[in-house]
Amino acid sequence: MAGKQLDDGIVSGRLNTKALDENFSDLHPLLDNHEALVASDRCYFCYDAPCVTACPTDIDIPMFIRQISTGNTIGAAKTIFDQNILGGMCARVCPTETLCEQACVRELAEGKPVKIGQLQRFATDEAMDQGKQFYERAKESGKKIAVVGSGPAGLACAHRLAMHGHSVTVFETRKKAGGLNEYGIAAYKTVDDFAKKEVNYIASIGGIEFVHGKKFGSDIALKGLKSEFDAVFLGIGLSSVNDLNLSEKDPEGLDDAVDFIAKLRQAKNKTKLPIGRKVVVIGGGMTAVDCAVQAKLLGAEEVTICYRRGQDQMNASLFEQDLAAAKGVTIRHWLQPVKIKSSKGKVTGIHFEYTQLQSGKLVRTGKKLKLEADQIFSAIGQKLTESDIGSDKNIKLSGGRIMIDDEGKTSQKGVWAGGDCTDRGEDLTVTAVAQGRDAAESIHRSLSSGKAK
Amino acid sequence: MADIRNNFVGIKSPNPFWLASAPPTDKAYNVERAFKAGWGGVVWKTLGEAGPPVVNVNGPRYGAIWGADRRLLGLNNIELITDRDLQTNLREIKQVKKNWPDRAMIVSIMVPCEEASWKAILPLVEETGADGIELNFGCPHGMSERGMGAAVGQVPEYIEMVSRWCKATTRMPVIVKLTPNITDIRYPARAAKTGGADAVSLINTISSIISVDLDNFSPEPSIDGKGSHGGYCGPAVKPIALNMVAEIARDAETRGMPISGIGGITTWRDAAEFLALGAGNVQVCTAAMTYGFKIVEEMAAGLSNWMDEKGHKTLDDVISRAVPNVTDWQYLNLNYIAKAKINQDSCIQCGRCHIACEDTSHQAITNMLDDKRHFEVIEEECVGCNLCVNVCPVQDCITMEPLSAGVLDKRTGKKVLKKYSNWTEHPNNPSKVAAE
Repeated sequence: MAGKQLDDGIVSGRLNTKALDENFSDLHPLLDNHEALVASDRCYFCYDAPCVTACPTDIDIPMFIRQISTGNTIGAAKTIFDQNILGGMCARVCPTETLCEQACVRELAEGKPVKIGQLQRFATDEAMDQGKQFYERAKESGKKIAVVGSGPAGLACAHRLAMHGHSVTVFETRKKAGGLNEYGIAAYKTVDDFAKKEVNYIASIGGIEFVHGKKFGSDIALKGLKSEFDAVFLGIGLSSVNDLNLSEKDPEGLDDAVDFIAKLRQAKNKTKLPIGRKVVVIGGGMTAVDCAVQAKLLGAEEVTICYRRGQDQMNASLFEQDLAAAKGVTIRHWLQPVKIKSSKGKVTGIHFEYTQLQSGKLVRTGKKLKLEADQIFSAIGQKLTESDIGSDKNIKLSGGRIMIDDEGKTSQKGVWAGGDCTDRGEDLTVTAVAQGRDAAESIHRSLSSGKAK
Repeated sequence: MADIRNNFVGIKSPNPFWLASAPPTDKAYNVERAFKAGWGGVVWKTLGEAGPPVVNVNGPRYGAIWGADRRLLGLNNIELITDRDLQTNLREIKQVKKNWPDRAMIVSIMVPCEEASWKAILPLVEETGADGIELNFGCPHGMSERGMGAAVGQVPEYIEMVSRWCKATTRMPVIVKLTPNITDIRYPARAAKTGGADAVSLINTISSIISVDLDNFSPEPSIDGKGSHGGYCGPAVKPIALNMVAEIARDAETRGMPISGIGGITTWRDAAEFLALGAGNVQVCTAAMTYGFKIVEEMAAGLSNWMDEKGHKTLDDVISRAVPNVTDWQYLNLNYIAKAKINQDSCIQCGRCHIACEDTSHQAITNMLDDKRHFEVIEEECVGCNLCVNVCPVQDCITMEPLSAGVLDKRTGKKVLKKYSNWTEHPNNPSKVAAE
């Protein structure tokens, strides 16, 4: 083994640029024409298709696939964008294996669903590469709407509002728009700066202004927005991470998976990214898998995901679990972290206690496990804190998230919300898109009837 | 093990699968390969009279339509008869027949509709040792405009006349290849019989325009921006061919006349269907042109296995077996009542049966039951039309179940009668005859 691959501790440059480029290349490369035709031919054009029912944005999947099969790829893209303007990203990051493709009748028939996700990308990429714009803004309405957060919910909301002729100002804390699409998804799922391209594609409808560097709760407050705008949409995501609470002072090497994923996405040169030799990831969701797989791809020798419950309870889909296994990540279950071991301020290992379900309750068994580690990532979920929503106590929360109704309305008049920050969020890009879009329609209805404020 | 040796108008071949007169049989190289692959016989690509050979276009000769996964369903061509020198063809025919004495060697011929032309070519063909001749009265493009091919096949009197000339001139069995581009196939078949022909073969290709190039608005295959009609063949034409074969097989005037069945035969099953409807053997082209000569292995093995399974010992046990069951609509039993039944275990929930029935037929299939996606036949509405069976992507998932006599047909509220009863005696028929 060459270079620093087997060095102990957290070091950069375990792999060379060539190996890293290969490791982080497109997970599912774009289908070529032939592949797309073969894949589209498999669609049965079902009646009241189960795949559509399974799609949170209700894309007319049989129709767009039929359009691809007849050579009308641009028409297919419009069918997708009509329901989901972020159809390009969803085609890349949706866990289709638990959504449309799970529902596909050919999954039932042969265990091999139609490649809906990849066909969707085939169509949307074609339209976006051609710079094909399907939507025009309606006549200027004179209404101004603040969209807080430029993630999938905010973007979908902003685009639909702009279509209706409203003027949208999108406030974003970070330097780039896109939210988790830009900062929160494994790099191999969205290569070639796609998140940025998609933001530009969406914004090119016009009527959408981005204001960066403004953090909701501190730089901008709901009260001010409400007075300045005709309506407010909150798509602020979950910006705080849950704490492991295992040590008073975090030793060096105890890191947050969300930060790691964001840094990796933004890194211009991955050889400069440090990673441990023996890495443990705590958690069982997509973030844990994205983190663990990328740690492995960066050159970590041993990567272990430890989850406190069983495989069935993991939020990461089976496909994601298989992907992790294929990349050399070990997934272990029924392990509750109890103590982080460190020496001279640096992580050296982690102690677990085995758990089991007892009458539906998770209990510790007393059996222990020690794992050596020079880096530990925590991926045990994100949350909304008071500082994230500011001092405004008038917004009702439910389970620590903003409470919304079917249309996305919060408890405050004139304020809508969508995506992960809400009690109806599902940690899914596609759900956030659906909620942003539907909230925009609700806002439009309210503004049209003059009832928003 | 079933015996699939074939004897067609005295021409023997180890199996009933011949290659039809077409590009695969245009020269020794191809035919040698075909025989090596196991084909029972060939009909050598049509020879024209001596002199300068015909010329073909130098652009595309074929067009196609496809099913899912680009499976070729129909092929269209504008190729003419052989464009090779007559003597070369005759020399090769002789050599190949010598090399493969156990295989059938038929030579297809098309010369102008004059007795002298036929009298001139027949001895040349006979000299090769060929087993028989096939008169190409079917080619619908290129040659027909010159008064040959389908132009002859469309005029029963010409068929009779040429058949007679040939029979008077040669010892070889004469097979007349018929064109389907005609209103009633029985007339040319009768003419062939009257003229003394030993057999008919059908169908030749169907006049067709296969597609249009939507960029330059030229029919395809496009030759410098123009296209002409061609001859259509392949799996898509099989139903037309089956009907025409059956029409001849059950016609009082031609019944018993040997038929070589042609038209879209792709598998052993297709071949068995042709045999059952009265064909004495079959000829294949498009399937070979799509997949190569090796497919004959599947055809021969499949036919033999099926015959073993069913206890058919020789081809004669199969040939014409379905002919007595081909009847006219008016004689179909109107007291036979069937209902569709969906096997819930094999249903994959695509819903196509429902929407086909709901939108276009009888509203006889549910899509929901207790708020759950569920497809089930509503017997009160089902007329037994079979559309759902045909649109279902899963074979045997939906079946047509006949109702036994005495059972209540929920649609009509009447009990199923045991008695056979057809339209000729139906009360709604203004010209009904009294039941016997």
